[in-house]
Amino acid sequence: MKFFEIFNLKPDFDIDVSLLSQKYRDLQRAFHPDQYASGSESEKLLALKKATEINDAYTTLKSPVSRAEYILKENGLDISHETTTIKDPSFLMQQMEYREHLEEISDMTEPYDAIIEFEDTLSAEQVELQEKISRDLRNAHHQEAASALRKLKFIVKLQAELERLEDQSGQL
Amino acid sequence: MAYSDKVIDHYENPRNVGSFDKNDPSVATGMVGAPACGDVMKLQLKVSDTGVIEDAKFKTYGCGSAIASSSLVTEWVKGKSLDEASSIKNTDIAQELALPPVKIHCSILAEDAIKAAIEDYKAKRK
Repeated sequence: MKFFEIFNLKPDFDIDVSLLSQKYRDLQRAFHPDQYASGSESEKLLALKKATEINDAYTTLKSPVSRAEYILKENGLDISHETTTIKDPSFLMQQMEYREHLEEISDMTEPYDAIIEFEDTLSAEQVELQEKISRDLRNAHHQEAASALRKLKFIVKLQAELERLEDQSGQL
Repeated sequence: MAYSDKVIDHYENPRNVGSFDKNDPSVATGMVGAPACGDVMKLQLKVSDTGVIEDAKFKTYGCGSAIASSSLVTEWVKGKSLDEASSIKNTDIAQELALPPVKIHCSILAEDAIKAAIEDYKAKRK
């Protein structure tokens, strides 16, 4: 898988993100346009192309959602632009409750403790889903991995909303 | 992104927001979610003994287009039979609300919510 090869990493969902970031910085420096300032036009163009590719690969592999999407896509299952809806009632009921809880938090005058507690709940769900995705991908259970990944997207969305709330409440 | 006037109207004055008791035998509940944006939609229909939708309520967590799509659907299904309601297409919703291509999935979500509610009703009646 090309994006993993760029960083000389084994193609796997479980990667060391700090190692990835370190390799990214090294490569970014090596292919920085400034290094090719005195080079020919074709050398400059090639370096630019390489730098863009490095950026794309890094952005894709950095986040668990896009990393899993990439691995699935390389295995012939592209879910990144799908418009499928999910209908798992118990999961959706739980999502409804989470959204309601988010509303409650946004109405609180002192939301700090509730935010921290909710963050913990969501991270626990995130870890659980990522472990499932990792297992399913290793066992080439791509459909199962895709289904867990769809759920992970809801959790990541909630985390982003919660972070926004946290930023808004000035007392933190 | 610019929302159409109809989307803004439904977003600012959503019709039929709320819930029915999901254990009521005449209530059909459809829950659907869109992984692409993390939107969650609940559509509930109150169905008469003759299979006519007497009332509808929704609760949607999502963007303006998702809220507008579900709000519109609650207006459209009232007075319709379940069969008539199941023939509502996402393209009708998208057209009425003038949804841009990137928001088409919101109308798909609303169509699927109707279907899920009808399935729930049929399962309850068995």
